[in-house]
Amino acid sequence: MTHIQKRLLRERLAKYAMQGSGIIITGSLFFIVGTILYKGLPYLNWQMVSESPKGGFYIGKEGGILNAILGSLYLASLSTALATLIGIPIAIYLDVYAKSGSFLVRTCKLLFDVLFGIPSIVYGAIAFSIMVWLGIRASLLGGVITITLLTIPIVVRTIDELLKTIPIDLKHVTFSLGTTRWETARMMLRYIRPGIFTAILLAFGRAIGDVAGVLLTTGFSDNLPQYLDEPAATLPLAIFFQLSSPIPEVQGRAYASALVLTFIILFIVICTHILASKQKKHKI
Amino acid sequence: MNWRLLKDKIARFSSITLLVLALAVIVAIVAGLVGKSTPLLQAESLVDILSDSVWSPMKGRFGFLSFILGTVWVTLIALIVATPLCVLASIYLVEYASDRLRNMVLPLVNVLAAIPPVLYGVWGVLFVVPLLGNYIAPFLGIDSSGFSVFAGGLVLAVMIFPIMVSIMVEVLSTIPKELKDASLSLGATQWETITKVVLQKAKPGLIAAAVLGISRAFGETVAVLMVCGNIPQIPKSLFDAGYPLPALIANNFGEMMSIPLYDSALMFAALLLFVIIFGFNLLSRIILNRLEEKAA
Repeated sequence: MTHIQKRLLRERLAKYAMQGSGIIITGSLFFIVGTILYKGLPYLNWQMVSESPKGGFYIGKEGGILNAILGSLYLASLSTALATLIGIPIAIYLDVYAKSGSFLVRTCKLLFDVLFGIPSIVYGAIAFSIMVWLGIRASLLGGVITITLLTIPIVVRTIDELLKTIPIDLKHVTFSLGTTRWETARMMLRYIRPGIFTAILLAFGRAIGDVAGVLLTTGFSDNLPQYLDEPAATLPLAIFFQLSSPIPEVQGRAYASALVLTFIILFIVICTHILASKQKKHKI
Repeated sequence: MNWRLLKDKIARFSSITLLVLALAVIVAIVAGLVGKSTPLLQAESLVDILSDSVWSPMKGRFGFLSFILGTVWVTLIALIVATPLCVLASIYLVEYASDRLRNMVLPLVNVLAAIPPVLYGVWGVLFVVPLLGNYIAPFLGIDSSGFSVFAGGLVLAVMIFPIMVSIMVEVLSTIPKELKDASLSLGATQWETITKVVLQKAKPGLIAAAVLGISRAFGETVAVLMVCGNIPQIPKSLFDAGYPLPALIANNFGEMMSIPLYDSALMFAALLLFVIIFGFNLLSRIILNRLEEKAA
């Protein structure tokens, strides 16, 4: 084999290796969803999603996981709403009010980036200790606060990235027309509106799927969640508990619950994708 | 006073209050962690805690070595599996793939990022653990239930695919086209250009992406807890069960109130996680920010 043939062979082999890795990475998604679909679908029925657990649910008798579905939805909606209300003003401050590129702004953005990576178990442990210290028992409220703290960095960073995509001239033009910073900020928020929903959905997805944060703070309950100061069930935790049961019927329900969670996540992802493409369309 | 200016003042004041509050939470977290773990640190020296492998809270011995090594094992396995795959796939997406393929694959990778940890755990229990326990371990002549650091590492590898791929693709697309053209015009094949030019230039960014992957893997709790076996021992082979730090916190918190120093020990575990991950994240973010500024 001549030298050039060897080099071209290497080129071909490398290309195969790269295509293979790409297929493994993309395939793993279908593989995970497929496995859960295959195992969970036989156990999924209307009773599962429309009833709360009855007596003997955890030894394989009647009931469903409505308590967990509702608990998760409440928890995620409340904490996402709070995180949005707190996160958007922070992002606005960093991009509109503070001097851009200053030390303060750069440090804050870096900090939120880093916070984004802190695992939820750390937040959960802290929140739990504080709750013990204050004498509050595990409750929906505790979970909401923990998950809010967890999702604020997501909202701040996503909104900040969006604000960065706004042409700087637009900002300068409005200022030169004599607007206050707050009026400019409102204009900018309108500009990135579809993107804000993307940020909200991202936070919601993270909030609804988190386990480690709610494990210690929210507790678990078979009743439908009604008050903020009562423990509430969450979907990921329900999956986790049911999976550790030795009874096959209950394990099957864990698969079905996992399937429900997968559907919720896929729904969120599809909405995000649609909104994101809308945002791109409006770009100047 | 002007009504518009007043509104502006109010907006400025409330947004800065929220920012300060959010930053205060970080300080509170650090203070809480340090404060809570002081009793343990006063009772025993830091070196002893980190190098002792005996964990028996009833006797007052808190050795973190086996948990630290458990975490290191799963993280390293995940890194060794994920890094080459992600580097190769990102290069393919940036250098070879058509726009259409790229626009199809990247959203799918983002879907992978949106899947909650518990679903990865379910997948691990349903697929990875049986695969290791029933097929691969017997094939190699090893007796293992499949609940092992290897299973944890594989599940984590899949979990860190999205963060690594998305950052690596970003890093690779900042490499100037002129550099690649120069190499190609000298007669190098595309692969040679990639290994000798693109990868050299992209090295800091790729390392930063890998470090972000590590810190994600380091703190992952539930998915690993479900597949790792959770036996407090020092894992000696791929097929041994391990007990990573986050799993320790998740399994034992809430039931340790009566044993002295137990809660302090668990908070120390959380502090350890926080410090390591904070450090890793800070490092890689600073590298990535530098690169971004250079590219801009």
